[in-house]
Amino acid sequence: MNEVLLTGNEAIARGFWEAGGRFVSAYPGTPSTEITENAAKYAEIIAEWAPNEKVAMEAVIGASIGGVRTLVAMKHVGLNVAADPLFTVAYTGVNGGLVIVSADDPGMHSSQNEQDNRYYGRAAKVPVLEPSDSQEALDFTKEAFTISEAFDTPVILRLTTRVAHSQSLVKVGDRLEFALKEYHKDPAKYVMIPANARRRHVVVEKRLADLQKYNNTSVSNQVEYTRSDIGIICSGIIYQYVKEVIPEANILKIGMSFPLPEDLIREFASKVKELYVIEELEPFMEEKIKSMGIAVKGREVFSPLGEIFPANIARVLLGEKADAIQETPDIPGRPPVMCAGCPHRAVFYLFNKLKLTVSGDIGCYTLACLPPLSSIDTTICMGASIGVAHGLEKAQGREFSHKTVAVLGESTFIHSGITGLINVAYNQSAVTTVILDNRITAMTGHQHNPASGFNAKGEPAPALDLPKLVKACGIEHVAVVDPFNLPALENALKEAMSFDGPSVIITKRPCILLDKKKQDTPFKVDEDACIGCKICLRIGCPALGLRGKKAFIEPSQCVGCGLCENICPRGAIQNPVQKGDIQ
Amino acid sequence: MTAVTNLLIVGVGGQGTILSSRILSHLLSNQGYQVKVSEIHGMSQRGGSVVTQVRFGDEVHSPIIRPGTVDTILSFEQLEALRWLPWLKPVGKMIVNMQKLMPMPVITGQAAYPDGIDAQIKKTVPAAILIDGLSLAKEAGNDKSVNLVLLGKLSKSMNLPEEAWIAAIRQTVNPKILDVNLTAFALGRNA
Repeated sequence: MNEVLLTGNEAIARGFWEAGGRFVSAYPGTPSTEITENAAKYAEIIAEWAPNEKVAMEAVIGASIGGVRTLVAMKHVGLNVAADPLFTVAYTGVNGGLVIVSADDPGMHSSQNEQDNRYYGRAAKVPVLEPSDSQEALDFTKEAFTISEAFDTPVILRLTTRVAHSQSLVKVGDRLEFALKEYHKDPAKYVMIPANARRRHVVVEKRLADLQKYNNTSVSNQVEYTRSDIGIICSGIIYQYVKEVIPEANILKIGMSFPLPEDLIREFASKVKELYVIEELEPFMEEKIKSMGIAVKGREVFSPLGEIFPANIARVLLGEKADAIQETPDIPGRPPVMCAGCPHRAVFYLFNKLKLTVSGDIGCYTLACLPPLSSIDTTICMGASIGVAHGLEKAQGREFSHKTVAVLGESTFIHSGITGLINVAYNQSAVTTVILDNRITAMTGHQHNPASGFNAKGEPAPALDLPKLVKACGIEHVAVVDPFNLPALENALKEAMSFDGPSVIITKRPCILLDKKKQDTPFKVDEDACIGCKICLRIGCPALGLRGKKAFIEPSQCVGCGLCENICPRGAIQNPVQKGDIQ
Repeated sequence: MTAVTNLLIVGVGGQGTILSSRILSHLLSNQGYQVKVSEIHGMSQRGGSVVTQVRFGDEVHSPIIRPGTVDTILSFEQLEALRWLPWLKPVGKMIVNMQKLMPMPVITGQAAYPDGIDAQIKKTVPAAILIDGLSLAKEAGNDKSVNLVLLGKLSKSMNLPEEAWIAAIRQTVNPKILDVNLTAFALGRNA
């Protein structure tokens, strides 16, 4: 067998392929994105980007009923979007195996909250598997398909960022050829009207009891007895930390964390003197174990906030003092910023300059909430910007909308902004929506979307016509502008805001990291002309700074977008190409 | 059984830290080590402070390094070197690219970029290697090859054959930019 170094996400794609997987659908979301990107590399797998997680979930439900092994991957908050079909596919069960990957993000490396999606397993009554490294990511993916078909259930494979984005060595195998299952009509199983659903609910409860019994002997769990008094129950990445910090402890490593293997837990608890359960985020296993009448320490000693690190475990179990390193106050932080040349920058510069109320959304552009652009008032979830702006007008009155914009990227708009826009047209608010069309889903690392003209395999695909779509939603005032043309952008914005009705501005310019035609020659500051007014620093460009009292452009960072040239009141910033003095 | 070696690769999103950790992880697994690497993708990639943790040895469990146990820090930028310095163990090694990139709080005037970082580092780690990676990358023919310059320098402090490094680079880097990267590696190694 061949050993290769894979991230957890790469290993899941490999495991899906080895399991004979045929169809994968997803909406990108850190830390889950690379699962679909890597699945798309296999010729045998049909891989698609869906407009959102709900559509992806529905597509894989269809593929499962249609008789293939199928997988859907999303970040934790994506499962909120896909929760509606999840709770019902739990009732219908599957034909071909169906695996739902939920990549949770303790510590919020790239998320708006820290939710623990194991609760979705409990709430929807579907089993949850938790791999602890890349090898298990592959093995558990295959195991999840076996469970899915054996118990006629969807299975949640729950990752955290550290499993998804850590690389470790993986033994890879060959692909199992999974024969297409026959499609047969079975309305009693797949048509969830109340009469059928009542009968299916009985099946679901029986299935859960069977799964609980099965889990006592499941190979995904692992017991390691030692001569120590301490026993630790854990799952996922925490197992690796425990092995590192306190290898001498007795360990019950849970592979399937819902429904928990109760007999196994009772047996383990009876053999140790001091029992701990260590888990990030919520006391999911702990609550169940305590409800079984077993004395166990968990939340009393470990925080529900952020990640648990090896140092936290060493502090609690070994009494080690060294915890996290203290932030040194005189070292300035380095928050993420929009890239030099980002086409979003001009838009937010104008929002700030015009002192607008800005209802924001999820994407790279959310970074405009930070100084100096400081131009976002709210960010809730994917697609929320338009609905929130509408509600602001209903509360504050129509005049308020003339100083308010909703702003979101084209991929986010397609994900779940469209329905918000239909609401604005239907319920007649004067909301101005700015759609930042940079031709790609950028923040998750450049995935195609229905407007980009390509599909997940990189093949040409029909591109959604955004202006036409927006007009069809009932928006009369629609403008398309190049955000690098600052005066045109400002005019378009002022016109739309003063229009007494809903309006949309589409700013169209590719993400600078993709722009093949970009001007790469760095701009220069004419030090004699610069008066040190610092107006150029208001755009928050990482290539611009001060050297002494004068503005300075860092040539290794500048990509020559020219926004600073446009706003310098003294004409002190110049393009060396136009000046003819390239060195 | 040999102890686990901990490496921290730190820098600013966009500087190419991830490619260098990918090369390193291929190299180490080719050499028969168990390797674990932890990266963070997503929002912090956009010009923020980024860190990749690399661990190797006969048996490695956690992909995460404990503070104060880092054997070598490879820093792509001065301020980031200072930020991660407390993670180094008392006899740890440090290689620092002397490039300075201003974080946004400095650009907006809310904070100052500390003076004399090189002296501060030298005071804590007298054997620290400070290198002008950007000039060498330019000499190699591409500003963006700083990561390979720094790997070249790192290769001198790790007891592994040069051919193994070159094989790992060939295995990882896009063939279109391979020549520039091999030149950058050689310049860093001999600097």
